[in-house]
Amino acid sequence: MVAGAGTDLRALTKRVRRHVVEMVYGAQSGHIGGSMSSTEILAVLYGRIMRHDPQRPDWPERDRFVMSKGHCTPVQYATLAENGYFPVEELSTFRKKGSRLQGHSVLGKPQGVENSAGALGMGLSFGLGIRLGMRLNNIDAHVYVLMGDGEQDEGQVWEAAMAAAHHNVDRLVAIIDRNGIQNDDFTRETMRTEPLDEKYRAFGWEVRAGIDGHDLDAVEAALAWARDVRGKPALVIFDTVKGKGVSFMENNPGFHGAAPNAEQFARAMEELA
Amino acid sequence: MTTTPAPAATREALGPALVRLQQNGADIVVVDADLGKSTSARTFRDAYPERFFTFGVAEQNMISAAGGLSTMGHVVVASTFAVFAEHAFDQLRMSVAQPKLNVKIVASHGGVSTGEDGASAQSVEDYALFSSLVNFTVCVPADVVEAEAMVAAAVATPGPWYIRTGRPKIPVIYTDGPRFQVGKADMLRDGTDVTIVACGLLVERSLRAAEALERSGISARVLNMGTIRPLDVEALTAAARDTGAIVVAEEHLTHSGLGAMCAQAIAASTQPVPMEFVGVQNRYGESATWDEVLEIMGLTAEGVEAAVRKVVARKR
Ligand SMILES: Cc1ncc(C[n+]2csc(CCOP(=O)(O)OP(=O)(O)O)c2C)c(N)n1
Ligand SMILES: [Mg+2]
Repeated sequence: MVAGAGTDLRALTKRVRRHVVEMVYGAQSGHIGGSMSSTEILAVLYGRIMRHDPQRPDWPERDRFVMSKGHCTPVQYATLAENGYFPVEELSTFRKKGSRLQGHSVLGKPQGVENSAGALGMGLSFGLGIRLGMRLNNIDAHVYVLMGDGEQDEGQVWEAAMAAAHHNVDRLVAIIDRNGIQNDDFTRETMRTEPLDEKYRAFGWEVRAGIDGHDLDAVEAALAWARDVRGKPALVIFDTVKGKGVSFMENNPGFHGAAPNAEQFARAMEELA
Repeated sequence: MTTTPAPAATREALGPALVRLQQNGADIVVVDADLGKSTSARTFRDAYPERFFTFGVAEQNMISAAGGLSTMGHVVVASTFAVFAEHAFDQLRMSVAQPKLNVKIVASHGGVSTGEDGASAQSVEDYALFSSLVNFTVCVPADVVEAEAMVAAAVATPGPWYIRTGRPKIPVIYTDGPRFQVGKADMLRDGTDVTIVACGLLVERSLRAAEALERSGISARVLNMGTIRPLDVEALTAAARDTGAIVVAEEHLTHSGLGAMCAQAIAASTQPVPMEFVGVQNRYGESATWDEVLEIMGLTAEGVEAAVRKVVARKR
């Protein structure tokens, strides 16, 4: 069962991007860039790929989505709300006093958030652990872990990659949002991590790379392929644009973690209309 | 007539201070883990690009490499956020503390005043972790002026140091220049009924509490305990003797921070006195503006004042 199989994902991604900008503007803090580059990936996961039910967020057989780049809560919360996990109106409480919608992902806040994150590099290990537990319990559900390309700097990612292959873990799908930018700078200036595809292959993974992360059909085809890989863990590397959808945020390291001012907000919402 | 300087974040001191020290003949190398814009370490890169190494988002690698670099005679300054310095705890232990190497961890965004980012970015345990590392000097500046003095002292003094700086802009206390001396508390105000021992942004809040208390007839001494390790036991003992009660105020878990360390020192002294503890009470942080988070945690002048009234009542 896939919730929302009939939804128009093109329209949904448009709404999600508007939510993202509104949330970060409203909080005057938060991460727009990496949220906009992952928008289609999350839309397709929740709309076409994952077996999940917003009415039963604690259903043991559900597929799990692990947000390893835990700063990208705007796109995570907006996607969950659009899929019926909680009211869309609650998005305006993001990062504010008393809100469930914390700056970085916190397990169970709200239900549907499957891990605590914000320290990069841990999600693939956490997802591996979930999948090992599922295997013990004879649950054939999938675990999807979303990582950043800057996050690949962390050694723990590679420890997890090695362990997943060693334990022949399948139904574990890693996803890299390769937007080319991390906190301070372009990824290639900060730490050369390429060729990521060959590295993961050498670690024992099935890999598809070079897929347009903003083409809904291409994203769906790649994730469906990864979902069906058996005997090995699978990785999809999506090429994306950080800040996608707002011209002055696109491919701009300045919009990794900065909030727009009033004038930028107005321009952004105009472009996203 | 002097004008009050604008509030400033203690994290802003690092980059400019390092550039000045290097210009004056220090041999500094800076290592960074993709947060150089936020910690101000990038200012040093702009002036001395060949002396600046980025390690990407890889704190463990950065810390062990910093240890290695320091063995070649350089003063190595490693910069990241406080929570991400914690990320490399065993590397700090084996590649820096145990071999007693000349590495200075200057970590910004310390405490809960990181605000909106929430629990993952709020370090409530860094004093405990770094104080548990033998050979480490652990410092927390009360304002931007003291932060700069601490960086200079760290660069001038061989051995491992941890300096925690903060994200928000806070008032400047040392308008006439720094008075920092490693291992020495700075008495900002004398008093007879109680001593408030504070560090970081709680110092200015404690001064405000002391003023309010004065108006209701309670005379409070205020000590800025800028060095958490080694602790100024002499100043603490004198505080117990002279004022008979102590409140410790910090942006850290109460069960494992400055308060716990002061309590150990006071318990071992010849004159134990009642103590109260203002800090984070056995919990992680949450998202809100930075001053709202401090309010939620009771890390306010009013919170310090209430603790003082409690401890003074216990004296009788
Ligand atoms: C362990 C750790 N160190 C540092 C940070 C600070 N930080 C937050 S986001 C970020 C850059 C992440 O870049 P990337 O993984 O490419 O994410 P995206 O571009 O998708 O936002 C950094 C260094 C962190 N969150 N965790
Ligand atoms: Mg990136």
